Amino acid sequence: MSWAPPLLVAIPLLTAAVVAGGDHLLPRRVQDALAILAAAAVCCLGIALMVASEHREVVHWFGGWRPRGGVPLGIDFAVDPLSAGLAALVGGVVLVGLVYSWAYLSEAGRLFDTLMLVCCGAMCGFALSGDLFNMFVWLELMGVGAYALTGFDIRRLGPLQGAVNFAITNTVGGFFVLIGIAFVYARTGALNLAQIGHVLSGRKPDGLVIAAFTLLVCGFFCKSEIVPFHLWLADAYAVAPVPVCVIFAGAMTDIGLFGVARVYWTSFAAPFGPHGHAAGDVLLWLGLVTALLGGLMAFLQRHLKRMLAYSVVCHTGIMLAGLGLLSSKGLAGTADVLLAHALLTGGLFLAVGVLLAWRHSVDELALHGRARGRPWLGALWGLGALGLIGTPYLGVYLGHAQLDEAAASAGRHWAAPLLWLAGALAGAALLRAGARVFRGWGPDADPLLSPETDAKPPWPSGSVAFLATVTAVVILLGAAVSLVPGLAQRGEYGAERFRDRGAYAGHVLHGAPVPTSARLPYAVAHSTLESVLYGVGATALALALAAFGLYRRRLPQAAREAATRLLLPPLDGLRALHSGVVGDYIMWVTVGTAVTGGVWALVLR
Amino acid sequence: MSVLPYAVAVWICLIGLYGVVTSRNLIHLALCLTVTQSSTYLLLLAVGYVDGGRAPIFKGVKLGTTAVDPVVQALTLTDIVVSVTVLALILALALDVHEDVDTVDPDRIAEMHG
Repeated sequence: MSWAPPLLVAIPLLTAAVVAGGDHLLPRRVQDALAILAAAAVCCLGIALMVASEHREVVHWFGGWRPRGGVPLGIDFAVDPLSAGLAALVGGVVLVGLVYSWAYLSEAGRLFDTLMLVCCGAMCGFALSGDLFNMFVWLELMGVGAYALTGFDIRRLGPLQGAVNFAITNTVGGFFVLIGIAFVYARTGALNLAQIGHVLSGRKPDGLVIAAFTLLVCGFFCKSEIVPFHLWLADAYAVAPVPVCVIFAGAMTDIGLFGVARVYWTSFAAPFGPHGHAAGDVLLWLGLVTALLGGLMAFLQRHLKRMLAYSVVCHTGIMLAGLGLLSSKGLAGTADVLLAHALLTGGLFLAVGVLLAWRHSVDELALHGRARGRPWLGALWGLGALGLIGTPYLGVYLGHAQLDEAAASAGRHWAAPLLWLAGALAGAALLRAGARVFRGWGPDADPLLSPETDAKPPWPSGSVAFLATVTAVVILLGAAVSLVPGLAQRGEYGAERFRDRGAYAGHVLHGAPVPTSARLPYAVAHSTLESVLYGVGATALALALAAFGLYRRRLPQAAREAATRLLLPPLDGLRALHSGVVGDYIMWVTVGTAVTGGVWALVLR
Repeated sequence: MSVLPYAVAVWICLIGLYGVVTSRNLIHLALCLTVTQSSTYLLLLAVGYVDGGRAPIFKGVKLGTTAVDPVVQALTLTDIVVSVTVLALILALALDVHEDVDTVDPDRIAEMHG
């Protein structure tokens, strides 16, 4: 099936060109239908490739430039089950976004479909690429599409601010990736990932290799919003149209993490060798800090899209911590969290879109009790929030259970409860908002929450019933992820394959059927008693925190005042960091990169 | 081979970033971004430079002639194309900001925060 990988990029990009070129010739609905078909085709091809790459990587050399004697001159797409799965997810998420925008963006069609498809093709190209420089090009292409989509509504200042901050921060991130690539090329003379890994495997990591790794990873972090590279995110998510938020949350953040995993395991794991755990620990800590800070910031929001944006930060942190455990189980847990999170967060963004179309607001306090008329929408919101916390057998629970086990077997027992705590914080914010909006519980004023701007988002005019149906399907699918039979096993097998550098390099460079260490069927326990307890505990904690958010007036006066004195200054400090000014963001990106690099320079040698 | 190009690349990268961090004007900021970007061109070209190497044009040249690395030049060209796209987009956004609120100061358009 080696003819198939380029189609995942060619279909969306060519359709994008046709839709843009036929803008004045084709009716709007035909354009939409073409775009939807293209996204569906990407999703189906991704699934087909996932099956086809079950036993060995599917490799495509462009123009037939195959490697000679293990030295590649051409450019390849190398597909393994995880990357094909990511491409399928990208196709699926873009499909959801396009179907939703069918009713959501009534007159704004035009180049919207084109930009969505360009993003889709670029993300697929990034996931499948076996060449470091091509990864950079796909990353930038995805970025350009994403900046334009963020600022889609150029008549208002908010989207412009969001798009400017997003574009500038991620452009600097892109430079870091490029400088990293230059360093790698200087050391190895190679751009093919497998070849880089092969050349580096024989050496000890020197300063240049560590600097290259740092720059690549920090560049990818800018896309996947790891603290302190995440500051642009809430500004962009708050103003982007809802279907765009879905593809940002469901696909773009994951792309950044995938990039980190890809360059680590195919290229850098070998030279780091026994010190690899030092690299992993830094990722684990960054992930934990990101998860906790994201959860806390989510709890302080009243703008529903900003709240969901910080919930995305929180879950990206959880996924990064899973990567940082550097084991197949951890990677599989990350992949399963990623799948459930993409669907659930996407679904919740869609639900916000329904609220916007129906009640013309995305402000938790302004919407107080105004959505009582659709209790089943409230039920879906609650299901989505519980699924994101990881209530046993719902949503991200399966991935969390795998992360618990991975943390225990890596001797990082303390990491598991912290990850659950972070998820509970973000979930508590969503539950609180749901209770306020759909039930009218609690007061309709809260000085703890960040102030709301006066700018009112334009509301869509589409059919609320249609939008709500799409929302329901996506949230129900996301909640059911933990119940899919065999997903844990497949995930772990895919992760084992992903980490098997020798087999990957053998397939890519020599075309040889090197036996992989991973074999199907894979027997893995679904979850342990410990995970069930953690899941129940996290749910209880989230409910308690949500109740605290709603009803803390009923606490004794003295306790409230003490809590205010103790908590408010650090929380205000935290808020002040998210200043909305792009210069501050770039400073944090630079400082974050320097500190990460400094730590690695100390521990990796 | 001299370390000078690398030192210059680091210097350009750092002053560009300094400009981005301190800028009070979006157009100026976009130009600072291109300054940072040009450090990557210099770095790539320095990486591929070979002492005494000629331009990598091999028509009518004896086999085995020393030439500088053509790959980094291709990378630089691609990089320029990519960066021009991004720059055009940022400038277009800056223009829209100016039409909207009559300022291009990033501090004054920060209506959302926290």
